[in-house]
Amino acid sequence: MLLAAIILLPFLAALPAAAVHSDRLRPWIVFAASATHLFLTAAILIDPPPAICGGWIGLDPPGELVLLLTSILFFICTLYGTGYLRQWPGRFNRVLAPCLLGFLGGATLMTCSQQLGLIWIAMETTALCTAPMIYFRRTPESIEATWKYLLICSVGIAIALLGSFFLVYAFLVHHHTPGLLFSQLLAHARDADPVWLKMAFVLLLIGYGTKMGLAPMHTWKPDAYGEVPGIVGALLAGVLTSCAFLAILRIMRVCVAAGMRAYTGHLLIAIGIFSMAVAAVFLMGQKDFKRMLAYSSVEQMGILALGAGIGGPALYGALLQMINNGLTKGMLFLSAGNIHRAYGSKSSDDVHGAVRREPVSGTLFMIGFLAITGSPPFGPFVGIFTILKAAFVDHLFLLGAAFVGLLLLVFLGMGRTVLAVTMGRPLPGRLYHTQFRDSFLSVAPPLMLLALILLLGLHVPAPLVKLLHQAQRYIEVSP
Amino acid sequence: MAWLVNAILTMVLLLNLFLLSVSRMKSLISGVALQGIMLSILPLLLVKEVDPLILITALVTAGIKGWTIPRMLDKALRDVRIKHEVEPLIGFIPSMLIGAAGTAAALMMTIHASGLHHPKSLLVIPASMSTILTGLLLLTTRFKALTQIIGYLILENGIYIFGMLLLAVVPFLVELGILLDLFVGIFVVCIILNHIHSAFASLDTRRLTSLKE
Repeated sequence: MLLAAIILLPFLAALPAAAVHSDRLRPWIVFAASATHLFLTAAILIDPPPAICGGWIGLDPPGELVLLLTSILFFICTLYGTGYLRQWPGRFNRVLAPCLLGFLGGATLMTCSQQLGLIWIAMETTALCTAPMIYFRRTPESIEATWKYLLICSVGIAIALLGSFFLVYAFLVHHHTPGLLFSQLLAHARDADPVWLKMAFVLLLIGYGTKMGLAPMHTWKPDAYGEVPGIVGALLAGVLTSCAFLAILRIMRVCVAAGMRAYTGHLLIAIGIFSMAVAAVFLMGQKDFKRMLAYSSVEQMGILALGAGIGGPALYGALLQMINNGLTKGMLFLSAGNIHRAYGSKSSDDVHGAVRREPVSGTLFMIGFLAITGSPPFGPFVGIFTILKAAFVDHLFLLGAAFVGLLLLVFLGMGRTVLAVTMGRPLPGRLYHTQFRDSFLSVAPPLMLLALILLLGLHVPAPLVKLLHQAQRYIEVSP
Repeated sequence: MAWLVNAILTMVLLLNLFLLSVSRMKSLISGVALQGIMLSILPLLLVKEVDPLILITALVTAGIKGWTIPRMLDKALRDVRIKHEVEPLIGFIPSMLIGAAGTAAALMMTIHASGLHHPKSLLVIPASMSTILTGLLLLTTRFKALTQIIGYLILENGIYIFGMLLLAVVPFLVELGILLDLFVGIFVVCIILNHIHSAFASLDTRRLTSLKE
């Protein structure tokens, strides 16, 4: 009952959000829906309901983690949206509100899907709802970003479908027809043909990895993140990527049960390190601070893949880092959005002295940079450190050293841009005539996110630790 | 019925080579429509007894791949007044040679493959791989947005062919492939909308270069 309600709620709320004529009322409908969503999530996590629809829809521990992150981030972002959308009456408002809710619905469905085909449908739903949100400005740049996003992601989704076909065929080879539920696939995992299963994992990793933004399938990310408003960027970087990571984890679980832990591990480590290296290279001299956040997201996805690849405590660290990354990216995108609106530019050539011009947003952006690059005392430090420690405990010294080196490069690359934007004095000139000033609704949401990552950095709450351990054991040990 | 399936798949393979070598947009659209219609017959031949659901699926597939999408592409071609020639990065003859080499490789691999569920004489896997390769080749080596959409359609057809192996076991998963056509629809709408707002009239993807490092 609760599960059906939480999935249907966003889709049902999208109808009035699309139908209502008042630009003032619409953001509040979105906010009310996400507040209800958060309430339902809390109820579900406290007392997990049994699976429904013949086992198709049910929550597993990693799904619960992503649902929690999705719900919190959506709540905070839509609170920001009530202030933000008021300044954008008309078409933009009308398009963004239902798309945001459709996106929330797709993401929720993703977290609750226990069936190979259903996670694919959920992924496609989020992809379709995202496109209009990138397109909305209708400038040549946003059209270009939408076109690249659609083309690359639709090929990714098509390859994910082919991978799902391969996965089922791997079972057919030995005349097993296990069904499409993950529990059924897992129970018969040993009967699957290893060659076909390996090919299936590669295709699914490419397919869902495209949505996650792992290099070399990341090329849509900087364009899309650069063109979307801060609120959408926060949700793409925090929610969409985590949903895609969840899909990869669920498929990895089937492969682990089939005795392919080493194979999946090596692939994930290789693609993780490669993503971090690509991000580090493109972060050097990156002048557009929203594109910089996109490359930082590529780097973070690399860290998640790396953690999942090493496994054990590192997988625990990767799951924790998924939450940390979502919350920190939310804070960074919302504060970057404020700075962008205040200066009317997102290039570090034009934007200087953000801390003077917008004291709260500028400071938040600075702190967000320190947090995402792994400085204590914030959440990401704990996640990254857990993965690093696990790498050294497993005697993966070279890997650990490469990991630290790449983290340092990313810190240097991002630091140059962030310091140029936040420090110094605003240049006198035409660029600073926008009326925008920090207001309660534009700074309270990122401040809430700051409080959360500070909490996660100082003390991870016991129920979350329990859930993280459950999720790690769930993925690595077959029941 | 295996011979009929193989006959259709052989025609699909030949169509792939034709699509790689053709220089007029119009013929490209007709070619992909024909490929879609031929593929929609396959499910009827591959299941033991044809139930109404399979029949409906076949009709819907034929309708979408053979009629709706080609009509939309035609409309886009007319409305946007794009030049009617395909602009390739790799010439037509080299494209065709790459396509042929890919098809040969796919056939060889299947002959030597072990661990197949279906009879080896069935051409499903090589036809599927060759069609996917053709789609990817058109996607990456043609500059016009419209040609890229057609490349995507062919890629989708390749995945559909592979799905035929699973049709009897997991029809639900195979039918999901129809959802991919949603993307195609959106692509075409994108192009037509672009034309209306005339941000750039020709939608030559070479001009999509303002966002780069």
